[in-house]
Amino acid sequence: MSGYWSGILTILSINIIMAYAIFLPVATGQLNLGGAGFQAVGAYGAAFLSSKYGLSVWETIPFAMALTALVSFLIAFPLLRTKGVYLVLATFAFAEVVGGAILNSTMLGGPMGLSVPAFVEYQVPVLGALLVTIFIFYLMATRFGLVMRAAHDDDVVTDLMGVNVRGIRVAAFTIGGALAGLAGALYAHSFSFVEIQGFNASLSIYVLLYVLLGGTQTAWGPLAGALFFTMLPEALRVALPALKGWMGLAMGFQGARTAPDESWRFVILGILTVLMMMFRSEGLITRVMVEKLRFRHHAVRLARVDAPA
Amino acid sequence: MLFLQQVSNGIMLGSVYVTVAVAFTLTIGVLNFLNFTIPTLFMLAGMLAWALSTWGVPTWGVPFVHIGPMPWQAALLFAVAATVVASLLVERFTFRFLKTRYGDATEHAIPLVSSLGFLLIIENLVRIGYGTDTQRFPGPQADMSVNIGGIFLRVPQLVSLVIVLGIVAGLNWILRHSRIGRGLRAIAENPDAANILGVQANKLVPVVFMLTGLLCGLAGVLFAINYGEVSPQMGDDIGSKAIAGMVLGGLGSIWGAVIGGLIIGLTEMLTIHFFGADTVQVAVWGLLLLTLFLRPQGLFGHHSIGKGKL
Repeated sequence: MSGYWSGILTILSINIIMAYAIFLPVATGQLNLGGAGFQAVGAYGAAFLSSKYGLSVWETIPFAMALTALVSFLIAFPLLRTKGVYLVLATFAFAEVVGGAILNSTMLGGPMGLSVPAFVEYQVPVLGALLVTIFIFYLMATRFGLVMRAAHDDDVVTDLMGVNVRGIRVAAFTIGGALAGLAGALYAHSFSFVEIQGFNASLSIYVLLYVLLGGTQTAWGPLAGALFFTMLPEALRVALPALKGWMGLAMGFQGARTAPDESWRFVILGILTVLMMMFRSEGLITRVMVEKLRFRHHAVRLARVDAPA
Repeated sequence: MLFLQQVSNGIMLGSVYVTVAVAFTLTIGVLNFLNFTIPTLFMLAGMLAWALSTWGVPTWGVPFVHIGPMPWQAALLFAVAATVVASLLVERFTFRFLKTRYGDATEHAIPLVSSLGFLLIIENLVRIGYGTDTQRFPGPQADMSVNIGGIFLRVPQLVSLVIVLGIVAGLNWILRHSRIGRGLRAIAENPDAANILGVQANKLVPVVFMLTGLLCGLAGVLFAINYGEVSPQMGDDIGSKAIAGMVLGGLGSIWGAVIGGLIIGLTEMLTIHFFGADTVQVAVWGLLLLTLFLRPQGLFGHHSIGKGKL
């Protein structure tokens, strides 16, 4: 396999794991706009153990996951006291505090970053993404998954039915944290270098957006979102010159500006987000759609009856 | 004396945060909508003011016809007007389409998410059009200053502080005493009851976005004049600090946003003074996180804001 495709597979795998990390809290009704902060904890946890103590990948990755899960678990209690807009702001603030703390820590390299000696080939992230995907599909099929859906749809009724909504939300947040830690650790070992500038607010925004674009009703949604977001630059590689010429003509932009090609990807992501929220706010892949694709007409009818017009 | 100088610098910096924070708190207070396009609108105003006064901006769709270059005073006016238009455009595509169909936990976030989409669109279009570099704004001399008892106050900053306080006072008066303000407060209190009593939400919601655009536009051009430089990234930092100021003051409270913005400006300058520039992020965001955990309603806010569904 060429280096080009193994690179793409690595990024795709990390994006998929990160998508599921954000998907779990969202599936219980909590928007997490601090994904980059949790990923940074995992990445720096793994990078530190690898560079300072020379531990192998098989020791650093579980440690990074455990560390991030612990941090998520501890932060979940005060965090989940807040609701709605406040929760979004609190997760966002948490990510900024993590970023600021790492930037000031001389032990973690501060603004210089840390280099990571232990390197993994692309097979490891791919295996990780595969296992995480299977795990999430299994989780959504269990009673726990059902209760998560219920907590998302109506927390008051779910509470009345005797479900510990708070416990479910903390659990979803913690598992999501562990997955973000895994994504961070795999990032650190795949690219052999971590710097905090890579884990900024924009990253949190992109992850949340592609998860919501894919849809949060089923486990297929984040998969579709991550796949789309990773493959978009590859598709743009072909379409970009034409697009640039057209935009230049239409808007009369002076040439020779040094905008990164990445900008185009984010413009397209933004436009799709706005359109999706206007016309199909539940995301690309919905529960009803999955049931239809499986030819379960009975289930579709039930889903229609469930949904108020 | 150096300390007092830092205090005055903090207040001047805070006045920029105040303007943006008031824009945030207005949309949250009336519409329960955290509008993430506000930092980009701020940036758009600054970048347009720069582009209009140095190159001129091409008219869309008509090649070879350019507006400008123009004197910086005219550029400022055009930039603010363009920002108001952009803000109305955002309203058309985000808030208009809010449909609560199921009433579940994440549905209130639909306009928030599409405003994040607009954040990406505007910011990256500016990058594509004008590049990512920091540009020098050819405005009036920013270093013109007066010396009051050993403290140097820059005149443009002093003028903008006065303008900002005047605008906030005016806005407060509009909300309290005018017909539009009463309508807006009615929507904030209870959208359904306001509707029954004949308040036309469809006509009043754009007013909120116009005011938002106006505040962001003014903040953007004042920033360009005061600090003499603009860049496509300038909204990120200011936006985050303004959000921090708004939360500290209490969501939905205008004077809360004023006090909060000034506190954040002071905190930033004093942290730099005592601990160095690298710790600012931790101090400001730590303060915000503590506020959210210990007193989520902020200093002057109300319990009900940020929980209701329009």
